[in-house]
Amino acid sequence: MQRRFVSIWFRQLLADWQLIRRPELAEVPFVFAAPDHGRMIITAVSPLAAGSGVEPGMRAADAKAICPGLEVLDDKPGRPRNLLRGLGEWCVRYSPIVAIDEFGMDGLLLDVSGCTHLWGGEREYLKEIVSRLKGKGYTVRVAIADTPGAAWAVSRFGKVTPLIPVGGHTEALLGLAPEALRLDEPVLARLRKLGFYQIKSFVAMPRSVLRRRFGEDFLFRLAQALGTEDEVLIPLQVPVPFQERLPCLEPIKTRTGIEIAINKMLESLCKRMQAEGKGLRSGVLTGYRIDGKVVRVAIGTSGASHSVSHLFKLFQLKIDQIRPALGIELFVLDAPKVDDVEVPQEEMWTAKPGLDDQSVIRLLDRVAGKVGADVIHRYLPAKRYWPERSVSQAVCVTEKRLTEWRLEKPRPTELLKRPDPIEVMALIPDHPPKFFIYKGVRHQVIRADGPERIEREWWLDAGEHRDYYQVEDDQGGRYWLFRSGHYGGDQKYQWFIHGFFA
Amino acid sequence: MKWIMEDKKEIFLKLQQDILVWQGFKPQAGGKAECVGLGEIEQAFPGGTFPKRAIHEFITVLPEHSAASDGFIAGLLAVLMQEGAACVWVSTARRLFPASLSLFNVEPERIIFMDVKTEKEVLWITEEALKCEGLSAVVAELNNLSLIESRRLQLAVEESGVTGFILRKDASKAASTVATARWKISPLLTNVESGLPGLGFPRWQVELLKVRNGNPGSWVLEWAGERFEQVENVRKVAEVAAWSEQEDRQIG
Repeated sequence: MQRRFVSIWFRQLLADWQLIRRPELAEVPFVFAAPDHGRMIITAVSPLAAGSGVEPGMRAADAKAICPGLEVLDDKPGRPRNLLRGLGEWCVRYSPIVAIDEFGMDGLLLDVSGCTHLWGGEREYLKEIVSRLKGKGYTVRVAIADTPGAAWAVSRFGKVTPLIPVGGHTEALLGLAPEALRLDEPVLARLRKLGFYQIKSFVAMPRSVLRRRFGEDFLFRLAQALGTEDEVLIPLQVPVPFQERLPCLEPIKTRTGIEIAINKMLESLCKRMQAEGKGLRSGVLTGYRIDGKVVRVAIGTSGASHSVSHLFKLFQLKIDQIRPALGIELFVLDAPKVDDVEVPQEEMWTAKPGLDDQSVIRLLDRVAGKVGADVIHRYLPAKRYWPERSVSQAVCVTEKRLTEWRLEKPRPTELLKRPDPIEVMALIPDHPPKFFIYKGVRHQVIRADGPERIEREWWLDAGEHRDYYQVEDDQGGRYWLFRSGHYGGDQKYQWFIHGFFA
Repeated sequence: MKWIMEDKKEIFLKLQQDILVWQGFKPQAGGKAECVGLGEIEQAFPGGTFPKRAIHEFITVLPEHSAASDGFIAGLLAVLMQEGAACVWVSTARRLFPASLSLFNVEPERIIFMDVKTEKEVLWITEEALKCEGLSAVVAELNNLSLIESRRLQLAVEESGVTGFILRKDASKAASTVATARWKISPLLTNVESGLPGLGFPRWQVELLKVRNGNPGSWVLEWAGERFEQVENVRKVAEVAAWSEQEDRQIG
């Protein structure tokens, strides 16, 4: 993928920050000054003070002479970094990789590869960043280019456009001053002395010549801007995976040893998850054996959990599947899927047991771990008449029913998975049978109720409708029979048994 | 001498009561009897209370019997699950139709079905579920249950207080379990007002074949829409109007 970088330059980071905090300073020229060799040296200048000729690096006393009424504020070392860190964390909304510009300490660098289309293009993306930061009160200049170095240069020194097209960064750099390359002051002074006022005047020179005169660092910065050298951004927020490692002094080959290892890793992992309010949904235990093979077992939970004893029980069920052979020398416990844990209320509030009772959830996890999650079923009513489809499976244990269960029509307590054909003797069409033979046994029908006609869901499958009868035989057995299709000479119909009533 | 005898009698009584408690029979406390709605049948149990901390075994060989047992258990579950706790139903070849449970005042979505492949898995899940205090009852459909297995289940029940129902398909080894009660529920002809078409309330012959420290017996019970109702005098099959007399009726 084409990599793209955005550089955000805060032109007056400290001044803007102070103006946001104290809007009353808008009319007053002010500077930040820090003690240096017994003097107060100006480190940052407000726009109003800059207008009257005050510059960073001046002595505060001199500045006061130039600009009467100048307010001098104390600067604290490390303040720009703290401000940039806060702004960078806010900027994570634009890209997961946000880094502080370590060279100037007055800007941010974003790796925006594959992010800009989410805002409708690079122009809209930059516009959004600028307007949002401006709304907060920061004056910024931004630029987007193929390399962080080029984006940095254009955001500070570019005069044409902040949007450098793909592959156009070299061309954009040519007309800029050498300051745009993030060079140290001695190197810049040497360049100026030799009359290099633009990058294009030295970019084509042989590397050996440049190295001799300006040093290795100069070449490195030039290469970073041109893209021949890779620049790694150190993101502010590193996503820390939930992982525990346990190297073993001696290879472990007993069940007890593995149990101790699991327990130890779970303890520290659960402690971390608890602190972050997370719970494990799936866990993978990997054992690296001394013969080079890797053994792996996985568990899953139906609700996020950071309880050591519960997770340990789940792993305990899987220990049989671990073949230590000659011994395991390294255990790694991963939690690839974690979720926010709902902190359980105090015991006194949850006196009422139910489906989401903690002990029930744990039971389900153990069953899912031992036998498999696909054996657990829960049913909810479906708005359908066809008996086989009148119940639907619940997705999770807490899913609520959306409709009521139907009570108006009798339904058998036991329903056959597929209806069994029976032989029937019925006297009159559309009457319940007089007797039926099921599995070789003849049942004399004493009482009957029906028919209840249930139409087939023709939009799903073709076939005949069913006419259901509830019948009772002379032994007291109650059955659910149906005739598939109409009575008739040429039409085919067949009788089936579909269930048993209580 | 007589005084010593009296004293011993008291000790015996006390010991007997202790044994009952250990076996899962709760003594009737403070006048508030825990009723499961079985009426007179509850008197067959020691102390006149339906034992909740116990394993109940149902012999179901024919599908008609197992359907009747399902209905009877569902009626009991309606009371046991009143407090909101869930129920687990374990089986290898389940035929229970969840929607029908609502006819017995049980919310079918509060029953967790576990449909596994082997008997061994059924036993493992049953034991684990019986240890789970958040459940109200566990129903397991089994073909066979050995003495040792049943003892394990009984131990789990005594710990947690979950009621266990075992539906057994095999009747031959009926004598060799430690279940507190053994039931046999067989369907009976329903009773309808003479001349009316259709079927009446589900009616069963409830046989309590074995009950520890209690009196076995046989009753006729009906599920009268909302609750169990005992039927005193059962009409003979012969009295029921034969099908031929109803042939001229209009149906539907």
